[in-house]
Amino acid sequence: MKIAVCIKQVPTREWQPRLNDARTWIRDQDVSFEMNEPDAYALEEALRLKEKHSGEVVVCSAGPARVAQVIREALARGADRAIHVEDEGLSSADAFVTSEALANAMKDEQFDLVLTGLQSDDQGFAQVGVILAEKLGLPHATIIMEVQAEGGALRVKRELEGGWFQWVAMPLPAVLTIQSGINQLRYATLKGIMAAKKKEIRKAAAPPGAASKQKIVSLYAPEKGKKTQIIGGSPAEAAKELVRRLREEARVIA
Amino acid sequence: MILVIAEQRGGKLNRATWETIAAAQQLAGITGAPIAILVPGAHAAGAASDLAAAQVKEVVTVESPAFEPYTPDGFAAVLRDAIAQLAPAHVLLPHTYQTRDFAPKLAARMDRALLTDVIGVKSAGGGTAFVRPMFQGKLTADVVPLGPAPHFVTFQIGAYRADRAAKGASPAPVRALSVAVDASAIREKPEPPFQQAKQAVDLSQAERIVSVGRGIKEQSNIEVAKKLAEALGAELAASRPICDAGWLPMERQVGSSGQTVAPKLYLALGISGAIQHLVGMKGSNTVVAINKDPDAPIFEVADYGIVGDLFEIVPAIIEAVKQ
Repeated sequence: MKIAVCIKQVPTREWQPRLNDARTWIRDQDVSFEMNEPDAYALEEALRLKEKHSGEVVVCSAGPARVAQVIREALARGADRAIHVEDEGLSSADAFVTSEALANAMKDEQFDLVLTGLQSDDQGFAQVGVILAEKLGLPHATIIMEVQAEGGALRVKRELEGGWFQWVAMPLPAVLTIQSGINQLRYATLKGIMAAKKKEIRKAAAPPGAASKQKIVSLYAPEKGKKTQIIGGSPAEAAKELVRRLREEARVIA
Repeated sequence: MILVIAEQRGGKLNRATWETIAAAQQLAGITGAPIAILVPGAHAAGAASDLAAAQVKEVVTVESPAFEPYTPDGFAAVLRDAIAQLAPAHVLLPHTYQTRDFAPKLAARMDRALLTDVIGVKSAGGGTAFVRPMFQGKLTADVVPLGPAPHFVTFQIGAYRADRAAKGASPAPVRALSVAVDASAIREKPEPPFQQAKQAVDLSQAERIVSVGRGIKEQSNIEVAKKLAEALGAELAASRPICDAGWLPMERQVGSSGQTVAPKLYLALGISGAIQHLVGMKGSNTVVAINKDPDAPIFEVADYGIVGDLFEIVPAIIEAVKQ
């Protein structure tokens, strides 16, 4: 089974945002990056499917040169090779531009299955996997919590809202967007890190003429919906004051 | 025209549809365009008669064998045809799991812009900007769609209040649209939805909830939160990563993929407040957030906040409650 996993490099959870001068994007140079968490689960699922059915896992990423970091990490965890659509303009690309870049680099590979995370922790479009499926002409399913691929047939467990699920069958090849928590992540071993250095990363150019379908005109800190009363002091003082207010002001505890 | 695509199953309307109608009415206030509501699916008539109460120009139903059961192939094919007939400037949808499944496919097939998870609409420089969270809620962006209409926009659940949708003086007219779609071209074969396990814990009925997030750091630390829950007479709950890690069972998960709760007191320990969590708890009466990061989005919905180390603060709260 030939499996592609699309991964994105995103700012770490600890990152404190700083804006560029135009206040339309973040200051990239200040950021430390990591693999988008849902994509890490997609990679893990691909590795497990390969262990079960044999085949190949190819990691695909569309982004600037810095993205090589998460590609190496994916190779160290066990992916066999990589495709990097490298273009500085992809760092803030919308879902259409990213999908176009990925589809263009992936279309001749004839993948049996394409996995990606359900959304990214940066722009959070939740669109790339589905648009990619449409561009590759493949069926898809989103927010997947289990993958069964036996004898050329695909059956996946799709998460619905409020604790409901649904099994969906479809022919291969297909595209799935993977939900966080579908499996337990593995980490790279030293052996894996060494092996990754010898693995192939094919560089591809971004297709010309892919036009953005949305533009950020202003980026800013969120406006607070509620007036939060921040309670200061030592832990003991703050705790005492909180309990007093919950009893006397909010009247929600006895 | 502004077209709202309703979500219904078996004639029962998803309440988020009313939230999207409220958003459409705000957008109409800026663009001056009339609003139509499209109700897709079998048994659309029932939901359509409910929706006719809204202050809109018309309600349009569309039924097709390609709608039942739900598939992204079926929805994209029928809705593309319906949208081509109605020629709206904007297509608005609630940002549900079902919308997430088909809307990007529909927009890609029509080669049109899709703005997702929008929380507000504002006029900007002669046009309309849509407000959406980015970077896990750490930043907010004003975004404009580019390229020809229609522009697709999905609205975050809870961003607009369903009860704020204006009702008309008399019911809006309802008409049926017919489309011709080949249902045999549908590739996905869905099975009936099911619930994983009987929900032993009904968090939606809890008066008080103590909820833990990544800030709890280790499974053994859950005990600290449990003690606080006992002291407060509260149920214990968690954000998704804690349940993913198996530290608490899935049935205790609050958020879009878990339970939606509205207790008198919601005390969030080490929860940053990703939007998927906030949609499940922001109806709570009083929210307390304890987090080491003063910029954590959870503080945006909190009534009371303590910035600091939860491992110092929680034992102090337990102590204070006992006094």
